[in-house]
Amino acid sequence: MQYDIEALIHTMAEQLQTRLGAAGIGSPALVGIRTGGVWVAERLRAHLGLAEPLGELNIAFYRDDFSRIGIHPTVEPSVLPFDVDGRDLILVDDILYTGRTVRAAMNEIFDYGRPRSIQLVVLFDRSGRELPIEAQVVGAHLSLQPGEHAKLTGPSSLSLEIHRTRA
Amino acid sequence: MRIRIHGGRVIDPASGHDAVAEVWVEDGQILSLGRAPRGLKADDTFDASGLVVAPGFVDLGSHLREPGFEHKATIEREARAAAAGGFTSICATPDTQPVVDNAAVVEHIVKRAKAARGARVLVLGALTVGLDGQLLSEMHALNAAGVVGLTNLDRAIKDTVVLKHALAYAASAELTVFLQPEDYWLGRQGQIHEGAVSTRLGIPGIPSAAEVIAVQRDLTLAAAVQARVHFSRISAAESVKPIADARRRGQAVSADVSLAHLSFTVDDIGHYDPNFHVRPPLRAASDRSALRKAVKAGAIDAISAGHEPHDGDAKAAPFGVTEPGMSTLDTFLPALLAQVAAGAFDLPTALAAASTRPHQILGRDGGRLTPGSVADLTLFDPACRWQANGETLHSSGLNTPYLNQTLTGRVVATLVGGQWAYRNFSPV
Amino acid sequence: MAKLPANEVLKECVDGEMAMSAADIQLDDQGRLRHFIAIEGLPRALLTQILDNAERFAPVGDRTVKKVPLLRGRTVANLFFEPSTRTRTTFDLAAKRLSADVLNLNIEASSTKKGESLADTLRNLEAMQCDMFVVRHQVSGAAHFIAQQVAPYISVINGGDGRHEHPTQGMLDAFTIRRHKQDFTRLKIAIVGDVAHSRVARSNIQALKILGVPDLRVVGPKTLIPPAIDAMGVTVYDDLDEGIRDCDVVITLRLQQERMQSALLPSAHEYFREYGLTADRMRLAAPDAIVMHPGPINRGVEIDSAVADGAQSVILQQVTYGIAVRMAVMAMILGSQAQAGAA
Repeated sequence: MQYDIEALIHTMAEQLQTRLGAAGIGSPALVGIRTGGVWVAERLRAHLGLAEPLGELNIAFYRDDFSRIGIHPTVEPSVLPFDVDGRDLILVDDILYTGRTVRAAMNEIFDYGRPRSIQLVVLFDRSGRELPIEAQVVGAHLSLQPGEHAKLTGPSSLSLEIHRTRA
Repeated sequence: MRIRIHGGRVIDPASGHDAVAEVWVEDGQILSLGRAPRGLKADDTFDASGLVVAPGFVDLGSHLREPGFEHKATIEREARAAAAGGFTSICATPDTQPVVDNAAVVEHIVKRAKAARGARVLVLGALTVGLDGQLLSEMHALNAAGVVGLTNLDRAIKDTVVLKHALAYAASAELTVFLQPEDYWLGRQGQIHEGAVSTRLGIPGIPSAAEVIAVQRDLTLAAAVQARVHFSRISAAESVKPIADARRRGQAVSADVSLAHLSFTVDDIGHYDPNFHVRPPLRAASDRSALRKAVKAGAIDAISAGHEPHDGDAKAAPFGVTEPGMSTLDTFLPALLAQVAAGAFDLPTALAAASTRPHQILGRDGGRLTPGSVADLTLFDPACRWQANGETLHSSGLNTPYLNQTLTGRVVATLVGGQWAYRNFSPV
Repeated sequence: MAKLPANEVLKECVDGEMAMSAADIQLDDQGRLRHFIAIEGLPRALLTQILDNAERFAPVGDRTVKKVPLLRGRTVANLFFEPSTRTRTTFDLAAKRLSADVLNLNIEASSTKKGESLADTLRNLEAMQCDMFVVRHQVSGAAHFIAQQVAPYISVINGGDGRHEHPTQGMLDAFTIRRHKQDFTRLKIAIVGDVAHSRVARSNIQALKILGVPDLRVVGPKTLIPPAIDAMGVTVYDDLDEGIRDCDVVITLRLQQERMQSALLPSAHEYFREYGLTADRMRLAAPDAIVMHPGPINRGVEIDSAVADGAQSVILQQVTYGIAVRMAVMAMILGSQAQAGAA
């Protein structure tokens, strides 16, 4: 199935705008999870007209599978160019699947400070949760076969790739 | 008891004999070489087909560790290991506890050696009391007890006056002084050859100069007091010429190199392998090359095993903390044959250096297969491949870099004084 | 006449190829870091990976919560047979910032006075079930020995062995240089001082040569430069002016008081006059040269206060970077160890 990703993000931005208004949040800070989440967050930031730079998280050091996969320095380090304490954060990721990445991201955010709130916005929600984590705004739901793996490619033109991994 | 050994390639460096021939032995002496004695029958026949028959090897400095260090080795075991390695005589070093600086210890060692029924154990007495380099030992008493020479081993004598007196006194006692030449100060803090390897590994080095200046000093003093000296374990290329020159001038001097120094270099230490921690230290490839040439030319008379068996703990530590020394009696033959195979010198030269010349240095009968000589022989298979491991090595000391390697050349039998000390790969 | 067969195996012995294979005990069979004993022999790509990983860890020290949970539940034991406060403290900090538990064991060099061999000491320590030993010892080769002796699940980091190497120092110095100068292949670097007794110098030389520094120099009096060091790829100078001329980086080493007692040097005063880094001397180096020192510094002996505290000095940065570099090494080792275990 083909997805018009830019259109999805446009819709997500509108939904997010509504939620923020209803919650009375005037100055949210966007935090994208590298790398795909950052691409989505950049577009949301443009849609929302936010001046403040994005926060970008490399959750490598907070993963719960370090013991299994070791350390892979392929991604730039985390950068949060604002004070986390007391802020309303919008955490953005490309694909929500088991929930472990978001768990790691929240642990990392809390090592920087204590936010007032965190809302989760994801481009795609793929079922298969292993932890009790849900997004407040979802672009689209993915329905995949076992053995299929989804990946967002970018950064200039975003598209979704589905790979079949060998059993 | 008359023994007939037939079918073997008999090499007698002293006479130049190198051919398949028969050797007859009777009552502890060589009876005939080449021709079967007319009308005589042998009590015992040994088929030496495919083997080399040669005069038995001599180690000019074997550390037997007894008395005092029996956890490392014992006289009995090492004497039997020597016979299994093709040695018919080994010179026990005086670094025991108590030190061999009095007749009683000499007698103890001789008694224990007789009981062992392996290679002959000759005794080197201490040049100074306790090997401390300060007081002279009772050299006449040691001589009377039967020592074959005196040495201060690697305990360099700092005081030149003491050294001069010791050489002079030994000369009047008519004993050869065995010297391991190393300047005390330059050798004191170093552990390996000073150069690129010591720099890279950060291990303090001993420059070749430490040995060379000691050789020159010792030669000068020995000439002045007319002492007979033998230099043990020469390791540096620059040591060869002064010794050769002195001999040419008529000075009573001889020298040996340990087989390890003909086989290995400082590079073999690799990543701190304590098997290569020896004294004097293994030096550069150029030193090894010069030493091989010197053996070939006869400028260095003999090749010693320099046997130093150790217990496991002695080598189980960071390099600088390990005790130096290699266990060598068991692997001497294959290592010697390897030198021949590599073209360093030919087999008769190797056997002369391992047997004929050491007997001459000690002034003892042996090292030749002349009728009337003592029947000290070894028979070996130069092509036999075997693995050196806990089962096949006879010495207590497993501290050898050859451990678990496959070696070529193995002693089959050894005759000491006309009696089998080792036969068909088994001690007798 | 029987002919001796050519003897291939013993020929190897004769030519010395029987030497312990250079196969590095530091790398597992996938080329990942298992121990960190010496920089010598490690591939450039691995050293670069350590530097890149250290970049990832550097920002952790700037946060309020200076911790990441990577090594939570793991235990690191500092085995210092040679006393040291500063090195032990930085290893301690690095382990704690990775959320590991740390044991500090100050073993007197003469616990062997009690007759216990190093091998026995290690066996007793293994019973405490640590994942990693950081070892400092006064004998060169001690870290190699320990790595060979310990149980397979324990990793060893060399915190300095005799005069041999201090590999994490070598890496943090390389990290400092890269931060300031970026491209190793364009640099002139001088190491000044007591190279003969310095494990830091040896690690620096190994690291910088592997990383491609084309012009690496050692500068010092003849008595303090070890023999044949040019075999390691450096040029030797005994004149300071010539040695640091146009250099982009000047690393100066601590001169210990003992050297005067061992007839290696006459006095600290003369050493400072001939080899001390002063502002005047530094004019001969490149105008944007940086000055480094592994610490602790002897002011007025190897370096003038004006230079040590001046704009070109990056000495304090070295200390900070040391934590990130050690975090990187520990994380890489324990990560690969876990992988091997899981495989």
